[in-house]
Amino acid sequence: MELLQRLRSGDEQAFVVLVRRYHDSMIRLASSFVPSRAVAEEVVQDTWIGVLRGIGGFEGRSSFRTWLFRILVNRARTAGARERRTVAIGDAGPAVDQSRFDAAGTWVAPPEQWIEDIDDRLRAGKLAHRIRSVIEELPARQREVVTLRDVEGLSSDEVCHVLEITDGNQRVLLHRGRSRVRQVLETEFGRA
Amino acid sequence: MRLGLPLRRRDIVCQQAVELVTDYLENALSAAGRRRFERHLADCPHCTEYLAQMRATIELAGQVTADDLTPQMQDEFIALYRQWQAASEGD
Repeated sequence: MELLQRLRSGDEQAFVVLVRRYHDSMIRLASSFVPSRAVAEEVVQDTWIGVLRGIGGFEGRSSFRTWLFRILVNRARTAGARERRTVAIGDAGPAVDQSRFDAAGTWVAPPEQWIEDIDDRLRAGKLAHRIRSVIEELPARQREVVTLRDVEGLSSDEVCHVLEITDGNQRVLLHRGRSRVRQVLETEFGRA
Repeated sequence: MRLGLPLRRRDIVCQQAVELVTDYLENALSAAGRRRFERHLADCPHCTEYLAQMRATIELAGQVTADDLTPQMQDEFIALYRQWQAASEGD
């Protein structure tokens, strides 16, 4: 990756481009480990110092993003000074409220249509802002996984490595998070 | 929504199908599980719509981009970089 070469050779502008590119996701991720935005910002700065120190020795065996987020999570954990509780799988309820199914488990209130209605806005990227705030409102564990998988595009293996969770837990959190985002979209844009 | 056919013992219902969507998209279902899921979708327009909505949700999340840094924050990061550079040259 050319930006990394430039960063290695001491290009300040390459540093700014990388900071800008990852800042939002880094803040969002750090925030779920530490008590305040101010501490999250410190963790992010601290992470970049770690990146600058380590970039010479970074061999590219993992992707830069994985390496970056891994440093971030380690530092955020230390700053948060708390052991992460084990994944509470039952803390988020079903993907779809059970009142929408009959006793046999068949839809009585099926999904309302919204994809076609928002298609133009979706294509124009105009809903990105709204989606971001929905993701920010997810429970911390779901927010971490959805941010890394769906916003940043890491693979499931990379996410498990960054967050030190099992593949099964990763999938459960992803499922809960995505289901919740879908429900918000249906509530806002759906028509029966 | 099943149309007419009697429910086979190992078939799944809508409420189960919506919980399998992520495993399906992640290729985490067994071959038999995958067949069951797809058999359900073939008969159920609502769950088919639901799956399409989950895919759209993922696509939307992929469009989220970072807000630009405020000028003040950008200055802070540039200061951080210069500080680091000065310190590493001093080594």
